[in-house]
Amino acid sequence: MSITVHYFASLKERLGRASDNVDFAPDLTVLDVWTLANPDLPLPTAILVAVNMDYVTLTTSVADADTVAFFPPVTGG
Amino acid sequence: MIKLCATPLDPWQELQSHQATATHLTGQYGATSIFVGTMRDFNQGDAVKGMMLEHYPGMTEKVLANIVATAERQWAMLDCLIVHRIGMVRPDQPIVLVAVWSAHRGDAFDACRAIMEALKSTAPFWKKEQLESNRSRWVNSNSNGYLHANDAM
Repeated sequence: MSITVHYFASLKERLGRASDNVDFAPDLTVLDVWTLANPDLPLPTAILVAVNMDYVTLTTSVADADTVAFFPPVTGG
Repeated sequence: MIKLCATPLDPWQELQSHQATATHLTGQYGATSIFVGTMRDFNQGDAVKGMMLEHYPGMTEKVLANIVATAERQWAMLDCLIVHRIGMVRPDQPIVLVAVWSAHRGDAFDACRAIMEALKSTAPFWKKEQLESNRSRWVNSNSNGYLHANDAM
């Protein structure tokens, strides 16, 4: 099984892709998922993170088949 | 009710349509507070000719529903309508409508304001501006809605 990773807005443009798949392993955090998906790029500052469409922190644990999203500060309304 | 709208938004038509079918409001509401956000043709000193609104499908609706549920725990709301544009928006076109119905104005005013501010800071939408100069740029962050234009003077 794996973890689905989504990127949005300016972060998606910077990475040149909208999503990734990362192999699941025990004890992964959100930050670990970023590092596995982007081994050559430190997580940019001021990035927001969500797991299964709920806001979380970088130290939140990730379960198999979770969907993780990384995106810049929101600017709606 | 929460709606995302990929075509031009007419907030007054949305309000009329919603209220016409909201029979639970009949005789119950004494106050309706309405916020409409509209696109300007300028930002940060530049002329802006359009704006692309991206969102995170699914999470946007989930966050907005949580915002309304949180407000309903704090204020005596009878109903709430949120409509938000996605896709390409042009100057003078409405971007967002927030309306709250309640028995009394205090709940309507305060809940509408709180919902709008929570939307601005947490709902996963992103704006990319198209400038008259033909450059485009992402809007970096939303300002604090409790600050006023004259505060910086």
